[in-house]
Amino acid sequence: MSLDLKQIVSDFKNGLWAENPIIRLVIGMCPTLAVTNTTENGLAMGLATSFVLVSSEIVISLIKKLIPANVRIPSYILIIATFVTFVDYFLKAFFPGIAASLSIFIPLIVVNCLILGRQEAFASKHSTPRAIADGIGMGLGFTWVLVLLGAIRELFGMGSIFGFTLLGEWYRPMVIMVLPAGAFITLGILVGIMNQISREGK
Amino acid sequence: MNNELIVTSSPHVRARDSVQKIMWSVVIALLPAVFAAVYFFKARAISVILTAVAGAVLTEYIFQKIRKKQITLKDGSAVVTGLLLALTLPPAIPLWTAFFGSVVAIGLGKQVFGGIGQNPFNPALVGRAFLTAAYPVLMTTWTVDGVSSATPLSQMKMDGISTDSWNLFVGQIAGSLGETSALALLLGFAYLLYKGYVNWRIPLAMVGTVFLGSFAFGADPIFHLFAGGLMLGALFMATDMVSSPTTKLGRWIFGLGAGLLVVIIRLWGGYPEGVMYSILLMNTAVPLINRYTRPRSLGEVR
Repeated sequence: MSLDLKQIVSDFKNGLWAENPIIRLVIGMCPTLAVTNTTENGLAMGLATSFVLVSSEIVISLIKKLIPANVRIPSYILIIATFVTFVDYFLKAFFPGIAASLSIFIPLIVVNCLILGRQEAFASKHSTPRAIADGIGMGLGFTWVLVLLGAIRELFGMGSIFGFTLLGEWYRPMVIMVLPAGAFITLGILVGIMNQISREGK
Repeated sequence: MNNELIVTSSPHVRARDSVQKIMWSVVIALLPAVFAAVYFFKARAISVILTAVAGAVLTEYIFQKIRKKQITLKDGSAVVTGLLLALTLPPAIPLWTAFFGSVVAIGLGKQVFGGIGQNPFNPALVGRAFLTAAYPVLMTTWTVDGVSSATPLSQMKMDGISTDSWNLFVGQIAGSLGETSALALLLGFAYLLYKGYVNWRIPLAMVGTVFLGSFAFGADPIFHLFAGGLMLGALFMATDMVSSPTTKLGRWIFGLGAGLLVVIIRLWGGYPEGVMYSILLMNTAVPLINRYTRPRSLGEVR
């Protein structure tokens, strides 16, 4: 097993744009739409998901030869659930505020199809270093879109970013932006803009 | 792109009617409602209407400029959207809100789908739905002669107070700019019917369903006929050529569904008024309706 640095860099970059989980693969929509009402929530969800993604990709790429093909999905879920439990307890212990506002969506990372999808599509077929690169790339790709979504929705919905008020008294917050409908509209426009950008880049 | 090729919706036989002609006729048909709005809400109505129309036209122009498409302002569809949106707004609405509503209506409701002929929803209602969700307080503050008061429908819903039918019909009530006077709307609609530019099945089915439905469930049918936005919605929004079914049977189904939803929302829903959501919801069903009511071609065996 040789370490091809070029391959690893391209695996890493893949998730940032070309196969970005949200704007390209359009997977993991449940947390994307549900918890991006503020920038902070988007960042926390992005980082939590990234941690679970990278950790489980490491474990699964290491033991991929031990897992029988017909029980691989339950095995992946079990490994993923282990790491989600880490995150769940970690957030509850150190960031109780964030844990409370993300509530059910932390345990739900277990069934985030982004994570299971990457195990099936990548970690179970490639070497551990490449799986780590893929996990970090996909995780960051997921995180930056969540943060951007959260920032746009928080800015228009509350006039602030990361809780700092940017738009003054004159600004009348748009309630719709912090509601689920705002998530759909923002994501739709965002995907449209990204498609346009990559089309022009070609 | 050739000018004649911009919109090619059925029926293709009546070649003399252009989009332009139809749209400007709709503008004319809306004039009675505009006059009624100006009569009841004075200068406020004029400024809201002008702002909304300006917002719609400007957005259409900018979008088409950016997308390097032919500028189709002349066809008047942006004017119609702005006008319709303005007529659904409460008179006391800040002007920037009306402007922003038009931007959303044309931008999000029409141009992102590819412009005229492509929009799955009625653009004016998209704008209004967005404003309602974005600024619920502004969108539900009603005034008559500078005094705020509840609309007949919310009076009915909250306190069980009915309103005099004649006032409802003429428009001497609180409500959106253009929805108060059923008389003015019917006048305009009669003009469109006379010109043959409008299908009567949807409004008839929708209004009829609301009438019979509210009667069947023990509500005052006359009240529900003329209160709120039913007339405006049924006559001018449900009949939107782009976002309504193309078959005769489909139009009956569309009107029936929209009418049922209005009755359900008004009588049991959380909102006092449901015309906007019922039309938008039925808009989503239009492709399905078109597909299942497609007429059999000659000799076709299904």
